[in-house]
Amino acid sequence: MPHKQPTLNLSPKVSDEVRKTTCYMCACRCGINVHMKGGKVAYIEGNRDHPVNKGVLCAKGSAGIMQHNAPARLRAPLKRVGPRGSGEFEEISWDEALDIATGWLAPIRRDNPEKLAFFTGRDQSQSFTSFWAQNFGTPNYAAHGGFCSVNMAAAGIYTMGGAFWEFGQPDWDHTKLFMLFGVAEDHDSNPIKMGIGKIKARGARVIGVNPIRTGYNAVADDWVGITPGTDGLFIMALIHCLMKAGKIDLDYLARFTNAPCLVNSDEKSPEYGLLLRDPDGKELVIDRNTGKPAPFDQKGVRPDLAATHRAAGVTHRPVMHLMAERYLSDDHAPEAVADRTGISAARIRAIASELARVAFDEAFELDHAWTDFRGEHHTKMTGRPVSFHAMRGISAHANGFQTCRALHVLQIILGTVEVPGGFRFKPPYPKPATAHPKPHCQATCNGPLDGPHLGFVQGPEDLALKPDGTAARIDKAFTWDNPMSAHGLMHMVISNAHAGDPYKIDTLFMYMANMAWNSSMNTRGVIDMLTDTDESGDYVIPRIIYSDAYSSEMVAYADLILPDTTYLERHDCISLLDRPICEADAAADAIRWPVVEPDRDVRGFQSVLCDLGARLDLPGFVTEAGDQKYADYADYIINHERRPGIGPLAGWRTGEQGLTAGRGAPNASQIDNYIENGGFFVEHIPKGANYYKPWNMAYQDWAVGMGLFDKPLPYLFSLYVEPMRRFQLAAEGHGDRQPPDHLRERIRRTMDPLPIWYDPSGDNRAEEYPITALTQRPMAMYHSWGSQNAWLRQLHGHNPLYLPPNLMRDNGLKDGDWATVTSPHGEITVPVLEMAALNPNTVWTWNAIGKRKGAWALDKDAPEATKGFLLNHLIHELLPPKGDGLRWANSDPITGQAAWFDLKVRIAKAAPQNQSKPVMKPIKSPVGQGPDNLAWKVGK
Amino acid sequence: MHPAPSVIIFTTFSGLGFGLLAWLGLGFPDVTGWSAFAFFTIAYVCAVGGLMASAFHLGRPERALKAFTQWRTSWLSREAVTSVAALLVMGVYAIGTIFFDKALPLVGVIGAALSLLTVFTTSMIYAQLKTVPRWHTALTPVMFLALAIAGGALLAGEVTTAAVLLALAGVVVMATWLHGDGAFARSGTTLATATGLGSIGTPRAFEPPHTGTNYLLREFVFVVGRKHGTKLRIIAFTLAIALPVILLLVPFSHWLAAVAVLSHVAGVLVTRWLFFAQAEHVVGLYYGKR
Amino acid sequence: MTALPDKTDRKLGLVIDLDTCVGCHACVISCKGWNTENYGAPLSDQDAYGAAPSGTFLNRVHSYEVQPLATSDKVQPPAQLIHFPKSCLHCDDAPCVTVCPTGASYKRVEDGIVLVNESDCIGCGLCAWACPYGAREKDEAEGVMKKCTLCVDRIYNENLEEIDRVPTCVRTCPSGARHFGDLADPDSHVSRLTAERGGMDLMPEMGTRPVNKYLPPRPKDALPEIDVLAPYLAPVDDAPGGFLGWLDKTLEKL
Ligand SMILES: Nc1nc2c(c(=O)[nH]1)N[C@H]1C(S)=C(S)[C@@H](COP(=O)(O)OP(=O)(O)OC[C@H]3O[C@@H](n4cnc5c(=O)[nH]c(N)nc54)[C@H](O)[C@@H]3O)O[C@H]1N2
Ligand SMILES: Nc1nc2c(c(=O)[nH]1)N[C@H]1C(S)=C(S)[C@@H](COP(=O)(O)OP(=O)(O)OC[C@H]3O[C@@H](n4cnc5c(=O)[nH]c(N)nc54)[C@H](O)[C@@H]3O)O[C@H]1N2
Ligand code: SF4
Ligand code: SF4
Ligand code: SF4
Ligand code: SF4
Ligand code: SF4
Ligand SMILES: [Mo]
Repeated sequence: MPHKQPTLNLSPKVSDEVRKTTCYMCACRCGINVHMKGGKVAYIEGNRDHPVNKGVLCAKGSAGIMQHNAPARLRAPLKRVGPRGSGEFEEISWDEALDIATGWLAPIRRDNPEKLAFFTGRDQSQSFTSFWAQNFGTPNYAAHGGFCSVNMAAAGIYTMGGAFWEFGQPDWDHTKLFMLFGVAEDHDSNPIKMGIGKIKARGARVIGVNPIRTGYNAVADDWVGITPGTDGLFIMALIHCLMKAGKIDLDYLARFTNAPCLVNSDEKSPEYGLLLRDPDGKELVIDRNTGKPAPFDQKGVRPDLAATHRAAGVTHRPVMHLMAERYLSDDHAPEAVADRTGISAARIRAIASELARVAFDEAFELDHAWTDFRGEHHTKMTGRPVSFHAMRGISAHANGFQTCRALHVLQIILGTVEVPGGFRFKPPYPKPATAHPKPHCQATCNGPLDGPHLGFVQGPEDLALKPDGTAARIDKAFTWDNPMSAHGLMHMVISNAHAGDPYKIDTLFMYMANMAWNSSMNTRGVIDMLTDTDESGDYVIPRIIYSDAYSSEMVAYADLILPDTTYLERHDCISLLDRPICEADAAADAIRWPVVEPDRDVRGFQSVLCDLGARLDLPGFVTEAGDQKYADYADYIINHERRPGIGPLAGWRTGEQGLTAGRGAPNASQIDNYIENGGFFVEHIPKGANYYKPWNMAYQDWAVGMGLFDKPLPYLFSLYVEPMRRFQLAAEGHGDRQPPDHLRERIRRTMDPLPIWYDPSGDNRAEEYPITALTQRPMAMYHSWGSQNAWLRQLHGHNPLYLPPNLMRDNGLKDGDWATVTSPHGEITVPVLEMAALNPNTVWTWNAIGKRKGAWALDKDAPEATKGFLLNHLIHELLPPKGDGLRWANSDPITGQAAWFDLKVRIAKAAPQNQSKPVMKPIKSPVGQGPDNLAWKVGK
Repeated sequence: MHPAPSVIIFTTFSGLGFGLLAWLGLGFPDVTGWSAFAFFTIAYVCAVGGLMASAFHLGRPERALKAFTQWRTSWLSREAVTSVAALLVMGVYAIGTIFFDKALPLVGVIGAALSLLTVFTTSMIYAQLKTVPRWHTALTPVMFLALAIAGGALLAGEVTTAAVLLALAGVVVMATWLHGDGAFARSGTTLATATGLGSIGTPRAFEPPHTGTNYLLREFVFVVGRKHGTKLRIIAFTLAIALPVILLLVPFSHWLAAVAVLSHVAGVLVTRWLFFAQAEHVVGLYYGKR
Repeated sequence: MTALPDKTDRKLGLVIDLDTCVGCHACVISCKGWNTENYGAPLSDQDAYGAAPSGTFLNRVHSYEVQPLATSDKVQPPAQLIHFPKSCLHCDDAPCVTVCPTGASYKRVEDGIVLVNESDCIGCGLCAWACPYGAREKDEAEGVMKKCTLCVDRIYNENLEEIDRVPTCVRTCPSGARHFGDLADPDSHVSRLTAERGGMDLMPEMGTRPVNKYLPPRPKDALPEIDVLAPYLAPVDDAPGGFLGWLDKTLEKL
């Protein structure tokens, strides 16, 4: 019979129109093409021209249509009518909502601005929200970085003037060995996948260091299933091997790092351990040409890595000496760390060898001439094709700051930062810690704060302390407890506010942070704190204002809800003043714009802040005549200037001759210009300026031109972080700002200016709770939001606890059994599954899949709420009591980073259950429940 | 495979109905008038009822007629065509016997052949499937035919023949079970061949693609516990074969015959349930369910 | 028509690189998005916000753990994890087509794409039974069979830019683990990849002759732990304080 087939329309119309904006389902911020049919969103795909994703899109991004139309969307401002946590609300008008907010906030601002704590979670407008908080005058502002990965950010910035996060990237086009530490997904989601794909296509080697072999680690050529919390030991053993073999880039160390800088070595000196500087404060090095000290940056200086120097009776030794002393010690030999890290000495050596081989034997040159900051001209750029990336796996431990520092030291001794084939910064980085602001905390009634809240301390004098030595901030950031807490400590806000330590607050104002659930350590405890009442029956935290777009768990615990739009319904800017979307080769920023108008009584939160700011008479938000200055966020984006000529968006500013990039006056049609260009702006770094950026004058000049900074800022990488030494000196009794006695020893021990490793497991009672319990980000879900998405929730509707075969066997468990998991803080009962590609002492689950019954417009019997669970019930914001009556935070003692991954547990088989435990009461849904069946088609 | 009631009812009753039609077409029992009417009614109710039940299995029953078009390639289409042909031809034969007291032997033989062919085509729908090793054997059509013929004989009241044929069908059913239990393993299809990962080592299903269920899991991944399976087989065999044979061997009574028929039907329903429920589709491998 | 064409002019299909797939499910959702809005009925979801959500997907990503066999130098090789996307393989000898009673299932002569003509489909499910790979799913809302269309309404679509005329799952895959092309053309990118990397068939014993190929993972954990690399780590100087001495000497040469 002849073959017959129907005739198909092979060229159906794809859409009426494509609107190009920016995805919001994670901080990667990919460009998207939103295909519209009949005014509705029909299909979302990646924007090929966009610098971040170049057309690709992850599962969350592609499911944006389900996010945008989710039944969990809030519909109107809400005023709480039932008790906190009940979920009982009444819908109110915006006028009423803003009146209430103004009524609560104006007296605070008048009488004591610190009584407002304004904290933001998944905020992509931090430069704006912080500006608002600064103008309000409260010292209590931060975003979520403190519980997220401040160790990584701070270690990077203090060490190299830039960090991993999304602030830098491997040179994917040239690297031949890529080593990845503790990453499941990260913020740079799509670029990392694209990069891994690229180097795998070339057949280059990927080494994954992670207790769990999934995702990126599954495709890694070599998997190092390290014992959690011991990466520092492993990395320092690699440093040991490389230094011992002389496989370090001496030229690079001498020219671009503080390895040759001279350290005061007189134990009795009040400056012991500080760097020798000239009267202008410039670090001194010994110039090999003269044998004499000279400021590091002078023309012709050839810094000596080996020479010591005596000045005023004090011996000064180069940092290189201190490093040799520390890292060549047998304590750091592979044999000494093999047991604790769970990596054999032979394997450590093999990896060190491979690093050495690729960095030095496979070195190559690019024909880019460049001139360094000493004026020396180079005809080529040397490439060392070894690159690293790391994230929360090493940073979310209480020893994370030092571990991240150790990794940077490893990168630097290999000479592989900002060189071809290595790790490269994205503008506005590199930028040394000293070029960042310092923290500010001086509040005055009815006035703005004395400066930006967050910053990089250089020593005890920069701490945010009140005159009586107590914490100026509610989260105790920048105190002796955690001096370098550059991102604040969001995870301590509710706990401290509830305890009245350091003081009580009046209003907690939060944006986009699900603190009553997955973003809190100690979820149950936080819920209790939010609902706790004092003797007079009033809530201990009197008022809570919250902005969310969806019916999250946190909504139920607030008194006033300011409902946000979805990401397709509002203006936004992804600004160079904030967390930018740049590439190593280009500066870039982007916008969101309302590709559809909201069909509910909701408003973009930033626009609401413009309104509220004017109602409160905040200086930055009213005109001289006292009127509202910015009609909405779009108006702010276009017209706000941070410094003259520098605004939220760098593209299409008004220059002397027409439109210009970087510096320029506001341009009324700037947003239209962005829309025309696909929603983003890119400015490429000229060839020859795009490597060696911290020292490359062509880059420095380009950056000044773009307005990234006001004058060239070349600097040295800090293998030795002097500000840390200043804190140690204080702990040793020097200086007039002194730590409390109970912290002296810890500061001395942990704040070593050269990376060290210490073991946080003792504080978490590892003798009784020997197993580490971890979470990982599922690539297809974003924290708590994914579950309201009908497509995504089918991928991850519940989360088993994965156990290695030995722990399954030891506990008599088989797949589908239930187990009780106990930590020093609490207990959960959950379903288990076996996984062989897992460190034998580690269990794990997917993060934030478990949901509270009644939240997210889901059925109360949704698997997320019955089988799903959170490890957060087992994690506490405080360490187990030490018997000294003190509240020790479960955080890195240097930065305050929440130590999520120090969680230690015990496991025992449990009887079969029909629900994970703890079972919590349902909350009433303010939006009802989603429909049963979906057959989604916009066209036709 | 999911033991959908519609297919169980369909295969059981259409098998019996067409089995009875075949006997009737061959002149057993040689009846006319009202008693012919009674026999044909039973046969048609079973056959047509079974076919209609199968329509419940369709997502779009209103388009069922389209299923007649692909008889050149599709066993399901062939089944549709042969069943209708059998029903039509036997209809002519039935009209002859009921209304005109006249059996048309040639028509009857053709009708009987078509009836058995229908049972055969039904069985081939399953037997053709390489994806279900338990079914992919000549024993499947033999088993369907054996049960249809024996059941038909039973309904036709051919007592001795039925007893013998039931016993034979019993042997065939046993053989399918025994053969079927090792079929999946013998097929050589494993997770290693399914994924191609066998060259590295032993693969094991880790996370399923979705935490929830889906069409494939509902349709293809049905697991019967071994103990439970054995128990049901004993029940099935007793009801479908042993009890009717015993009842046929004791002196004939209409009551006993009726019990034998009911028992047989119940037994065949259970064998059919097992036929589906115990059939392992290779797709289960991808879900770690084999 | 249910008969398979004797021969197709081209064999369009996917080549999936198991060495590179990170299991992100981007292809799954992009496929769901495109095929919900395009070819045929939308891919529906049941109990979408309820206790047992379930929906139609044309592409799903499994994952498998593989325990490699012990070797003389690796007594206990670490287990590996492989992400495994699976959609219709557009078999040359597609059993799903020949079983179809209505002719709704067919294989296109011009490019070998296996499709379901939804207006002819009675939803009998037999084609899904015949497919060894679980590549067909009956849509509960529409009652018809759904399967990967190889984005037939994209790959020739003149309303799309030429570069975008690829399946949406290929276009979206962040790690570049999915490749699309003509496997009948030995010079195509996909044929070359298949040849170079030992592209394989799934369940070859089924005789379906799939067009889609899978590139096996490259050998893992193969970094030699023994002396091959030892020269790189020979100490510069074993004497106490040797490192500083070496430093001095080496710096002289810089
Ligand atoms: N066990 C464990 N817990 C963890 C972690 C871990 O690794 N393990 N990781 C921690 C880390 S690093 C982080 S960053 C936190 C993240 O935790 P959160 O910052 O709390 O993140 P989400 O859960 O996404 O909550 C953000 C809230 O924003 C709301 N939202 C979504 N879109 C919009 C919008 O457009 N506008 C507004 N106004 N609101 C919106 C959501 O509905 C949700 O309620 O979790 C922390 N918690
Ligand atoms: N899809 C998706 N993307 C996201 C998010 C999301 O929720 N979903 N969240 C965003 C946010 S807020 C953040 S902070 C980032 C975080 O992105 P990631 O840094 O990737 O964070 P996690 O998913 O928590 O993964 C931590 C990884 O570290 C490993 N690990 C834990 N302890 C150790 C250790 O001691 N050593 C080593 N080497 N590894 C260890 C864990 O096994 C895990 O693989 O992701 C962002 N991107
Ligand atoms: S990685 Fe995914 S969720 Fe994040 S911005 Fe990009 S497309 Fe959106
Ligand atoms: S994979 Fe399955 S559905 Fe696709 S052609 Fe092959 S047999 Fe048919
Ligand atoms: S379900 Fe549709 S496509 Fe499949 S065999 Fe039946 S009629 Fe054909
Ligand atoms: S080719 Fe198209 S239909 Fe097929 S899996 Fe990919 S996206 Fe889905
Ligand atoms: S999109 Fe690519 S990397 Fe992600 S699961 Fe699909 S094939 Fe794998
Ligand atoms: Mo985070």
